[in-house]
Amino acid sequence: MAVYRLSTPISEETVRKLGVNDTVYLSGTIVTARDAAHRRALRFHKDGKRLPINLEGLAVFHCGPLVKKEAGGWRVVAAGPTTSSRMDLFEDEFIKDFKVRIVVGKGGMGKKTADAMKRYGAVYGAFTGGAAVLAAKAIKQVKGVEWSDLGMPEALWILEVENFGPLTVAIDTHGNNLFETIQTKVDHEKPSIYKKLGIP
Amino acid sequence: MVTGETVENVAVKLLQLAVTELPQDVKEALQRAYREEEDEIGKAQLKAILDNVKLAEKTCAPMCQDTGVIIFYVKAGSQVQGLDKVEAALRNATARATKEIPLRPNAVDPFTQKNTGDNTGRFIPYIHWQIVPGDALEITVLPKGGGSENVSALGMLSSGQGIKALKKFVVDTVIKAGAKPCPPTVLGVAVGGGAEIAMNLAKETLLKPLNQPNPDPELAKLEQELREAANSTGIGPMGLGGKTTVLDVKVDYAHRHPASYPVAVVVQCWAARRASARIYSDGKVEYLTHKVK
Repeated sequence: MAVYRLSTPISEETVRKLGVNDTVYLSGTIVTARDAAHRRALRFHKDGKRLPINLEGLAVFHCGPLVKKEAGGWRVVAAGPTTSSRMDLFEDEFIKDFKVRIVVGKGGMGKKTADAMKRYGAVYGAFTGGAAVLAAKAIKQVKGVEWSDLGMPEALWILEVENFGPLTVAIDTHGNNLFETIQTKVDHEKPSIYKKLGIP
Repeated sequence: MVTGETVENVAVKLLQLAVTELPQDVKEALQRAYREEEDEIGKAQLKAILDNVKLAEKTCAPMCQDTGVIIFYVKAGSQVQGLDKVEAALRNATARATKEIPLRPNAVDPFTQKNTGDNTGRFIPYIHWQIVPGDALEITVLPKGGGSENVSALGMLSSGQGIKALKKFVVDTVIKAGAKPCPPTVLGVAVGGGAEIAMNLAKETLLKPLNQPNPDPELAKLEQELREAANSTGIGPMGLGGKTTVLDVKVDYAHRHPASYPVAVVVQCWAARRASARIYSDGKVEYLTHKVK
């Protein structure tokens, strides 16, 4: 359970050193993307169009932030993670096409995504759900916003962060998936819970 | 006489209090969970939650970016004049709070997917009315987040199996929800009435303070049993493992149809936000869940 302080761009070699239960604090550039942005990014790739930002070595953040426009530009008020499983539909291709190295969200992701992480070199970093002000505090600047036609929560927010975390590595490149491990344990506990409650 | 202006101002204040500062009973429940959690990662999650709660309060920022769908519970004293102004005032307050606090715009047309941008829409904010004796107007706001709402469940169970079916349904709902509702959660459970009656009662139990046991000893026992069962699943804070999966379970009931056994489970995330105030006829305002300077 080591603690890593990483800066973007992150190399494939670095990310392959991480294991589940490790803690990561991230500095550099992270980009928010939810369902709609994932879908559009994959469409761009298929059509041979370039994304507004090169994501190689960066972190993608499953987040629909609450932002406020002020005199000096945008300010992130609150930016906790959203439920990552919704992005399972797209994430394997997203990792393959854009070479993001860290996927940040909450609630974990499925086998298809975990397989892509193992194959192409990426990890899943769980950020505490709802800890939105803690996240906003680590966001030093909004470097840009793209695809704002998708609406505030769905746009690509390009954020400069400093010591963003703690992120718990919950899926690594070695085939470990912490959420799956816990699910297995929970399933194992179920019969004894039923028994205690007198459920046949 | 209550004026629309007073109601609007109080409701904006309630929304701000609710999204930026947890009631004392919820803070205490989270602190206790942090003290008692033994799993290292689970404890780290609770630490991040507590740090976040403190920071939100200090900077007066919404503790979670999902500031929810806005639901009001109004207890209207039968002698209060000006009740016809309340609904418009609550809608105005919601739109104003969205801009001023700010709140995330969360009201989307289910057919066109268009976001109204100010948290108001058809039936939203939703208002529950209750007429009570007296000359005071009591307003409670419950901003309800989407992640936890998505795993809430209604079971039209077999009346022959009774309470055992209820217990199984609650445990299965918690296990199926896993990490999704941002545990540790609060569960509102209600049985009886009918489909919507059970759901309404279950959601309304989320307004009860966490540090007060159910006055009905049988229900208090059931709540404890369900709490222990949920916490022995091992899902833990944020689903990353540990013994704190729920902060509390609240149970309510209504009499049922002989053939029906509806059980509702409404799941509330750790950010169990709520705020209440009482407005008296002379214009005096008393805040019930938060200290207001």
